[in-house]
Amino acid sequence: MLTLAAGSETPTGRSSFSFRKSKIPFRRTDSHVTSNGNNMPAFTGTDLTCVRGERIVFAGLGFGLAAGGALVLVGPNGSGKSSLLRLMAGLLPPAEGGLDWDGEAISEDPESHGGRLHYVGHLDAVKPVLTVAENVQFWSGMRNGGKPSEEASLKALEVLGIAHLADIPGRFLSAGQKRRANLARILSAEAPLWLLDEPTTALDVAAIAALEDAIGKHRAGGGMVVISTHADMALDDTQTLDLDDFAHHSLPGSGA
Amino acid sequence: MISGFTQIVRRDLRLASRQGMDNVMVVVFFVIAVVLFPFGVGPEPNILARISAGVIWVAALLASMLSLERLFQADYEDGSLELLALQPMALEIVVLGKVTAHWLTTGLPLIAAAPLLAVLLNMETQGFLILIGALLVGTPTLSLIGAVGAALVLGSRRGGVLLSLLILPLYIPVLIFGVSAVDAAITGFTFKPQLLILGAFMIGSLALCPWASAGALKQAIE
Repeated sequence: MLTLAAGSETPTGRSSFSFRKSKIPFRRTDSHVTSNGNNMPAFTGTDLTCVRGERIVFAGLGFGLAAGGALVLVGPNGSGKSSLLRLMAGLLPPAEGGLDWDGEAISEDPESHGGRLHYVGHLDAVKPVLTVAENVQFWSGMRNGGKPSEEASLKALEVLGIAHLADIPGRFLSAGQKRRANLARILSAEAPLWLLDEPTTALDVAAIAALEDAIGKHRAGGGMVVISTHADMALDDTQTLDLDDFAHHSLPGSGA
Repeated sequence: MISGFTQIVRRDLRLASRQGMDNVMVVVFFVIAVVLFPFGVGPEPNILARISAGVIWVAALLASMLSLERLFQADYEDGSLELLALQPMALEIVVLGKVTAHWLTTGLPLIAAAPLLAVLLNMETQGFLILIGALLVGTPTLSLIGAVGAALVLGSRRGGVLLSLLILPLYIPVLIFGVSAVDAAITGFTFKPQLLILGAFMIGSLALCPWASAGALKQAIE
């Protein structure tokens, strides 16, 4: 379920979710939200400011995501979608504001945070000399306490329709196949939070459908997804966050 | 933690064995660099014997520099480094795993080639064992210090040259005690203090370098 974390609507009453524009920054695209017992958003960002190369990319951004929720990041190029995903992953520290997982700041324990998320960036991290199966198994083994689960990796490859490529070295893969192998990595080991940065790049229609299906299953099991995309993905019950609303240039003389 | 460490070592060893030429080139460079000296200083056996330990150590330093640039570069370029930083274990352990694999694939072959080159340079036979021992204790230090430099130059152009400038001065203590251990053994003096100091360097760098290196890597992937 999705929890709006805006202003007074937060169950915790945290006033720090300040939205500086009158425009409602979150649009609930679906109304049949199921209840999940506790209303506490499991993953929240408060008053986030991101600075890249001495330029403020966005400021005063907040979000809240509960178990099973999906947050779609939209906005023009350079509006900070990738930067926000990197903030969420903990790869980039926010210039201001904080990110919390169940009320605990992620910067307190970056290793545990790393263990509960899967991040898909612009690069596919597919080693050219390792086979597709070896690539996926390495990453799943890192998550499963050193036991590379062959079964889970093969199943993930099947889901994404590249099981027949399992023994092919990474250097022979096309861009779309590499992306599928990268997505197989996140399916091969469980993690509650998926951070997907333009995951549909180079994917064909069938693979996008498989990904939508996988995201649906992940959310049904209580997982969360944050996804930035230009292509329309058929996901129900999503929150949309338009990063243009937090762009700094639109906030002359901003004061919190 | 331990399993993550061994997984990274195994992965890097597998990567190295599949693209074997890189490591072969390091050893070939080591051999050629040493072989150049008899041509340069002349084939006088006494002179060669006198400089043999120093030549082998200097060539080993340069050879181990050669492969350092690639230590994190490939993972950085294909996005693996970001993902390694997001695993449920400290980045220091990742660094330690990668350094271990680097030493196994470049340090060990150098040590294996060293006695042959010692014969070529007419080194006194009582120095052989100590040469191997000193290299065994000293080369891990080279890999560990080198990892800090490799992490610092990540993403910069001409990183290889910069890396040499950063790292070679730090190799000097290892060079001094490595050579003096062999010289002491050849001239019949005790060589234990030098080996102990080399061991201290290794333990010190084992404690400090993964930490410094992980810090530099975090900066690089921001």
